[in-house]
Amino acid sequence: MNTAYTPIAKALHWLMAALLLGLLGLGLYMSDLPLSPAKLQLYAWHKWAGVTAFLLLALRLFWRATHRPPALPASMPKAMQYAAHLGHLALYGLMLAIPLSGWLMSSAKGFQTVYFGVLPIPDLLGKNPDLGEWLAELHEALNLLLMLTLAGHVGAALKHHFIDQDDILRRMLPKSSRDQA
Amino acid sequence: MKTLTLLAALLSAAYAQAAEYSQVNPAQSAIQFSYQQMGVKMDGKFKKFTSQLSFDPAKPASAKAVFDVELASVDAGSSDANQEVAGKAWFNSKTFPTARFVSTAVKPLGGNRYEVAGQLSIKGQTRDVLVPATFTTQGNAGVFDGTFTLRRGDFSIGEGAWAKFDIVANDVQVRVRLHASSK
Repeated sequence: MNTAYTPIAKALHWLMAALLLGLLGLGLYMSDLPLSPAKLQLYAWHKWAGVTAFLLLALRLFWRATHRPPALPASMPKAMQYAAHLGHLALYGLMLAIPLSGWLMSSAKGFQTVYFGVLPIPDLLGKNPDLGEWLAELHEALNLLLMLTLAGHVGAALKHHFIDQDDILRRMLPKSSRDQA
Repeated sequence: MKTLTLLAALLSAAYAQAAEYSQVNPAQSAIQFSYQQMGVKMDGKFKKFTSQLSFDPAKPASAKAVFDVELASVDAGSSDANQEVAGKAWFNSKTFPTARFVSTAVKPLGGNRYEVAGQLSIKGQTRDVLVPATFTTQGNAGVFDGTFTLRRGDFSIGEGAWAKFDIVANDVQVRVRLHASSK
C-alpha cells in the first residue's frame, strides 16, 4: 500500500498539464485566424504537440497500470471519492479521444500529419469533406468538455488544499515543495 | 533514293498506329498537381479546361497540343485554400483567369516516350517548359500522360507573405492526362 505518487507519475502529470494548456491555448487562438503562412505553421505545431500528447498518454496509461496511486484519504466522503474517480476517468478518456478525433479530422480533411516534418503519420480515413467538418465539430466539442473537466479538476484540487486542508494537492507536488508545506 | 522512298512508304503502311488523335475527351482527361506544405504532400486539380490536340504517332514532329486551364476551377485541397489561391497574391484569377500551354515541338524519345517543348503562360508571365510524356493507345483512343515540375516562384504564384518557400514549397508537380479519340 503506497502513500505517495512516484516522481515519474508527478512528472508525467505536470508535463501533460503543460502540453494540454499549450494545446488548448494554441487551438483556440489558431482556429479563428484568416489563412496565412503563420496560420499553417501554428496548425502544424498544434498537430505535432497533439501527437506528442497522445504518445505521452500511452506512457501515462502504462505507468498508471503498473503503479497504483495513493488511496484517497479516509476522511473524504464516499460520494466525493466517487466523483474524483469519475473526473479522473473523464480526463483519461478525453486525453485519448481528443487527439484521436484530431487525427481522424485531419485525415478526413486531407491534411496528413508529418511529425515535426519528418515522420509521416498515416491517415486514418480517406478524404471526405463532410465527414471532416463533422469531426472538426467533434474535436471542438470534446475540447469544450476538457476545459470544463479541467476547471473541475483544478477547482477540486484547490478546494482540497484550502478548504479541506488535506494533502491531496501537496502529494502531486515535487518532494521539496511538500517538505516546505 | 527510290529504295529509301519505298522503304519509307512500307514503314508508314506497316505503322498500324498512323492515326490522327485530335478529339479530346474532357471527361477522361485531367490536370492534377501536387505540392508540399510544411513537409506534407497536398494534392489538387483543375476541374475545367479546354484543349486541342493533334497527334499522329507516325508524324510526332508535327504534333500540336494546346490547353487552356480555367484557374477558378481549382481544387487546392480545401475551400479555404481555393479562396486564397484565387486572390491577388496567388493566381489573381480575376485578372488572369486562364493558364495556357502551347506546344512548340514534340520530340520522340523512343518507344512510347516523347518530349514536348512548349510555353506556359500564367498570371501574365510566360516560361518555356519541357514536358516528358508517354503516349499509349486504348482501342480507338490515345492517352497522353505528361508530368513536369513547375516552380511557382517563376510565375509569382504566392507573393508577399507566401513568397518564401518554407511553408508552401516552390516545386509543384503537374500531371496532365489528355485522352483523345482518333478520327
